[in-house]
Amino acid sequence: MAMAAEEIEAMILAAFPDAVIEIRDLAGDGDHYAARVISPSFAGMNRVRQHQAVYAALKGKMGTDLHALQLETLVPSGDHQ
Amino acid sequence: MSDVDVNQRIERLVGQSDIVLFMKGSALFPQCGFSSRAIAILDHLGVSYETVDVLQDQDVRDGIKAYSDWPTVPQLYVKGEFVGGSDIMMEMFESGELKQLVAAEA
Repeated sequence: MAMAAEEIEAMILAAFPDAVIEIRDLAGDGDHYAARVISPSFAGMNRVRQHQAVYAALKGKMGTDLHALQLETLVPSGDHQ
Repeated sequence: MSDVDVNQRIERLVGQSDIVLFMKGSALFPQCGFSSRAIAILDHLGVSYETVDVLQDQDVRDGIKAYSDWPTVPQLYVKGEFVGGSDIMMEMFESGELKQLVAAEA
């Protein structure tokens, strides 16, 4: 089962209203995405915790409906704005 | 098999070596692009590691996700600590952190 990029973005945004999110459909099949999520909420969390927080936002769809989501999480800084 | 038994088995698997990768397939024949990428990173670092093929064991395949609160495979463990999946491995590889981490263990 696949998910639309808009659906992924909406679910992440619901959990991180302040996030800047970029989603790329890697294979054009609605099942392999790359996402970059930039949010101040990640401050003080290590990478594992940041990714876990995004997976939690996807409410169990990661690894089931959504096969592949390459994930990059960032805290906004002068360099990334 | 009960959850407790599965967790004990996973703890043993995690502890069998300093560097353990839970993956789909074997190091020689990875069955998924992400697992393949994880193996490529470890091989590039030139460290010795053990792999656990979750496709051979449904209990471990389900259990490892609960064990680390991480929804996908591959999963890398160094000295019993969950390090991350293939995206985090790649980030840490590119920044040199992973080399430092595994060098300290090898």
